[in-house]
Amino acid sequence: MNTFLSRANTIFAFTLSVVAALTFGCFLSTAFEDHRAPVSIKTAKAMVKRVSDFSVSREKNDLGFITFDLKADMNPLFNWNVKQLFIYLTAQYETDNNKVNQVVLWDKIIQRGEKAVIDLNSMNTKYYFFDDGNGLRSNRNVTLSLSWNVIPNAGTLPKVDGDGTYTFEFPTEYSSSRS
Amino acid sequence: MMTFLDSFSFLDDVRRMDTRQLFYQALNFAMIVSSALMIWKGLMVHSGSESPIVVVLSGSMEPAFYRGDLLFLTNYKEEPVRVGDIVVFKVEGRDIPIVHRVLKVHERENGTVKFLTKGDNNSVDDRGLYAPGQLWLQKKDIVGRAKGFVPYVGIVTILMNDYPKFKYTVLALLGVFVLLHRE
Repeated sequence: MNTFLSRANTIFAFTLSVVAALTFGCFLSTAFEDHRAPVSIKTAKAMVKRVSDFSVSREKNDLGFITFDLKADMNPLFNWNVKQLFIYLTAQYETDNNKVNQVVLWDKIIQRGEKAVIDLNSMNTKYYFFDDGNGLRSNRNVTLSLSWNVIPNAGTLPKVDGDGTYTFEFPTEYSSSRS
Repeated sequence: MMTFLDSFSFLDDVRRMDTRQLFYQALNFAMIVSSALMIWKGLMVHSGSESPIVVVLSGSMEPAFYRGDLLFLTNYKEEPVRVGDIVVFKVEGRDIPIVHRVLKVHERENGTVKFLTKGDNNSVDDRGLYAPGQLWLQKKDIVGRAKGFVPYVGIVTILMNDYPKFKYTVLALLGVFVLLHRE
């Protein structure tokens, strides 16, 4: 029974299965990549103030200011199943209040075809480095690390930490609000 | 003209069906519905999330996710919340869950965690989207965390929601096809 409808139906179903199989093959072909790359991070300056984050409350919290240097080549991470990389710089530290604190200071989206070499000098942070309390002053162990979230054309969404972190400490005195 | 009419020739099949055949078709239909339900419930158990597959409804995570893309979620309680995770969360007073990325995490010694999110395509964090007075999200707000991605597939759901008539037409056609079609 070869009516028009049954033919159209068969072609549509076959096209769908072929597209699904190809997409799955594309995912399988890149499923075992480790997406790692070396990273070099340094801070040029670190100071801390005690101010109110008015978007949270009137309470005064520690606000860190840092500038950082960052070098990484993301080109090797791109393959045919990488649509975009979401790259973010995280500060991780421990305080009396909290066992784990993670604050994203800077991020960047690199899409396929865009320039994928990161080379920043004395860069300011993109987001405020507010602590949840007063745990930044004279904190001796703040670790900066660069990580990325790989967005594929289709497949899993791995989160990868770059090889290379940098640990710095904040000064023991608050900076005056003028400087 | 003849060929077009021919395409409805399957209706003749219906006329020829006996009771046993009708009964078989109805059971077949029930089989499809219940296996779909089983797959969905099975995914819920496996992923630990109340909705293991979600469709992206807004452009706030562009260019990673566009409207109509499909996300696979897991929600394992023991897995810690960390920055960079893409979480799907519910906010009190909003029906539709939001898909955004974690920007800040503060976790206490006893494991209670509070975190702040932001959409990749938004210039500010999500405090304006949370319930009035709510500053942080907690673990109980999470519906799931995005672990897998397939583009475009969910656009059918969006079309169905935007055009209810389209939805009923598709459902009716599918139902008629399954009930009447004979191998």
